[in-house]
Amino acid sequence: MAAERRQRAPRPGLVLDVDRSTPPILFHHGEGFRLERLPAGRSRVIYPAEPLPGLVDPEAAIRDALLNPLDSDPLPALLRPGMKLTIAFDDISLPLPPMRRPDIRQRVIEQVLDMAAAAGVDDVHLIAALALHRRMTDDELRHALGERVFDAFAPQGALYNHDAEDPDGMVVLGRTDHDELVTMNRRAAESDLLVYVNINLVAMDGGWKSTATGLADYPALRHHHNVHTMQHSRSFMDRPRSELHRSNWRQGEVIKANGPPIFQIETTVNNNTFGWDGPLAVLQKREWEWTARDRASFMAMQAGLKAMPPAACRGVFGRWLAPYEMTSVQAGAVEPVHESTTANVLAQHLVPVQGQTDVLTMGLPYICPYNVNSVMNPILVMCLGLGYFFNLYRGRPLVREGGVVIMGHPTRWEFHPAHHPSYIDFFEQLLASTTDPAELEAKYEEQFATDEWYVHLYRTGYAYHGVHPFYMWYWGAHALQWLGRVIVVGGDPRAVRRMGFQPASTLSDALEMASDVVGPSPTITHLHNPPILMADVE
Amino acid sequence: MGMAHDLGLMRVARRLPSPVRALRARSFPLRAPTVPRGVEPLEELDRTGAGFDTDWSRRWGARMCRAAIVEGPMRVMVQALASPSRRGADRLADLEGPLIFAANHHSHIDTPLLLTSIPEPWRHKIVVGAAADYFFGTRVAGATAALVMGAIPIERARVGRRSADLAAALIDDGWSLLIYPEGGRSPDGWGQPFRGGAAYLSVRCGVPVVPIHVGGTGSILRKGRTMPQPAEATVTFGTPMRPEDGERAPRFASRIEDAVTALADEASTDWYSARKRAHASASGTLTGPEVGVWRRQWALSGRRRTPSTRARRWPDL
Repeated sequence: MAAERRQRAPRPGLVLDVDRSTPPILFHHGEGFRLERLPAGRSRVIYPAEPLPGLVDPEAAIRDALLNPLDSDPLPALLRPGMKLTIAFDDISLPLPPMRRPDIRQRVIEQVLDMAAAAGVDDVHLIAALALHRRMTDDELRHALGERVFDAFAPQGALYNHDAEDPDGMVVLGRTDHDELVTMNRRAAESDLLVYVNINLVAMDGGWKSTATGLADYPALRHHHNVHTMQHSRSFMDRPRSELHRSNWRQGEVIKANGPPIFQIETTVNNNTFGWDGPLAVLQKREWEWTARDRASFMAMQAGLKAMPPAACRGVFGRWLAPYEMTSVQAGAVEPVHESTTANVLAQHLVPVQGQTDVLTMGLPYICPYNVNSVMNPILVMCLGLGYFFNLYRGRPLVREGGVVIMGHPTRWEFHPAHHPSYIDFFEQLLASTTDPAELEAKYEEQFATDEWYVHLYRTGYAYHGVHPFYMWYWGAHALQWLGRVIVVGGDPRAVRRMGFQPASTLSDALEMASDVVGPSPTITHLHNPPILMADVE
Repeated sequence: MGMAHDLGLMRVARRLPSPVRALRARSFPLRAPTVPRGVEPLEELDRTGAGFDTDWSRRWGARMCRAAIVEGPMRVMVQALASPSRRGADRLADLEGPLIFAANHHSHIDTPLLLTSIPEPWRHKIVVGAAADYFFGTRVAGATAALVMGAIPIERARVGRRSADLAAALIDDGWSLLIYPEGGRSPDGWGQPFRGGAAYLSVRCGVPVVPIHVGGTGSILRKGRTMPQPAEATVTFGTPMRPEDGERAPRFASRIEDAVTALADEASTDWYSARKRAHASASGTLTGPEVGVWRRQWALSGRRRTPSTRARRWPDL
């Protein structure tokens, strides 16, 4: 069956109008799932496109991209003995879930290094461009880059994480015409060539955001990681209409003028998140196509997950590695590379949708960019639902202004103390007083960003930067401004209320509560995500 | 009196039915035919050496038995003796179909080590090229090698098509092949020049060759020793290689040898340094320096791997 599915052409995304014959719909629910019946006649479900075929020979495609780049000399022509070469790469937040070995970063970086070896380049550094994210552990670096690269560079200290708080490790490259500060990791900035290796999972990733954000520090990031930018990005997944990207692109102009030469390598993956076969394959199928075997495996999975404590469930899902296949690779100058990358991302994700809806429902999965090998705390639930899923649109939001978003997630009041220390204080202290992003930004951001203890944990432990929970909250600022109400189904009522949302036990209850805002018999749209889709709303 | 009694017993015994007499008395077709005079008898088939029939060892029952041996006692033995570290299997991620695995050869432990290291889906559909004169010298030894290792006889002492035809037919039939192009175990710890068998089969069958470097097994059971001693072994898989357009087997064999040499360098230093030396044609040789015996042994002791732990784990504050 899996082989048959692989052989036929992948089907595009689908908008299904729900009627009485529609089976219950799968909702992700953290480390679990729910099957929900949506009201017939006024509901629709948006399904993602099936995985596009991966490149037949990824190694050859990478080599071809490096030898025939866009608006740039071939990579070997840029390499010479005695030069300072820095390779920066995306951190643990991409792709989601982490992919099976060999990771795309390993494939690309090995080829880049092989060309550098042929040119006799001795001074090579590899930097995880993680901005204010937590440092990657040795095991995570080993997984992303492979044994060979790790063993060749880590022992000499030439493979490491970017440190945005290193007083000697950052340089100022200048200011944009909007007076935005531009900074960069010193080693990268002082290199004769900076090669950036990216994995584009969603349309937000890549381009100048890779270097202007990934290798920057708080004083530079604050110019676009703020409430104003997020509220004026419609959406931040749609670069031409994203204030976040406009700011990054302005910073990119400064980098182009004053920074190192950049050779950008961007790659895209398909939607093969859960595999064609295996225990999670059912999550990638449309419900009416579930076979008896799929149903049996789903029921067994449900029963098993219900019998296990949450931490054990987290462990099970945390070990899942997605069998993503690379669908494209392009290299060269940042802008043309990113144009091509975005087109390839949209070819996989875009689903045309007619008109907006009163109520948008979404089942939130167990993972988001900031809880890989960690805990999905309530702030990350908000960020995933109102930040990422809500913004997966082009044109207009899927839900009308003043509409309601219903998210399904357990939303437990739990945090990873090593990874998210500032989140705990943000949640327990700041959200108790206000949930208004603008007020939080004005009153508390600076204090958290410069807190010495958070800085210490970021630099020496595996903690996200002190300011990071603010950014997560800002990520949902556009949705908070747009929506009339946010309801969380199946969440811890205390944690849900702390964030200013309403808890509901069941989807029926949530729809009843939503009718207070949007009136009786509202139209409902369910975002059947993941695998990832992006609604092209007309 | 006594003698007369014995003779009487013998007469009685002769009258009783005897299986030995019955066998002796059997006639054709129960007995082999006699060869008429003046007729040249057919040459007897050679059932040992390169003529050993191994078809049975690739049938379902034997394969199941071999899989149980490989995953059970063989894996336990390899783990106990070699504590192997395996690298580079990710280089095979994009491959499908049969492959030719070409490795350097130090020890009898190499084959068990590789059979437990080669990843699925190749591990359990693989035959091992084994010296016809050594492993198939007797029928018992040949049957054991065929059953336990999936060995097929490869002639190394004389030139013949039989081994090559058998290996090519098996590759065409979807079987992968593990072969040691050096033709035998290393006599002194250094490698020997590669022969062209793996390259020839790759050109003939159109399948890639995976170069493999095996390190450390000479310390476990080197040639000439009978009792193994535990030591650490490494298996490094290289990037799969195909013959270039118009490339002939000898040239391709030389490239395979270079690839294994570079892997040896990678195994004893680190990947990037090894790549730089490989591009500069400075990876050294697999066969060691052309110097006196003691200096060759001395040079061997310098090939140790650098530690892979990080020198500086935390930033300087």
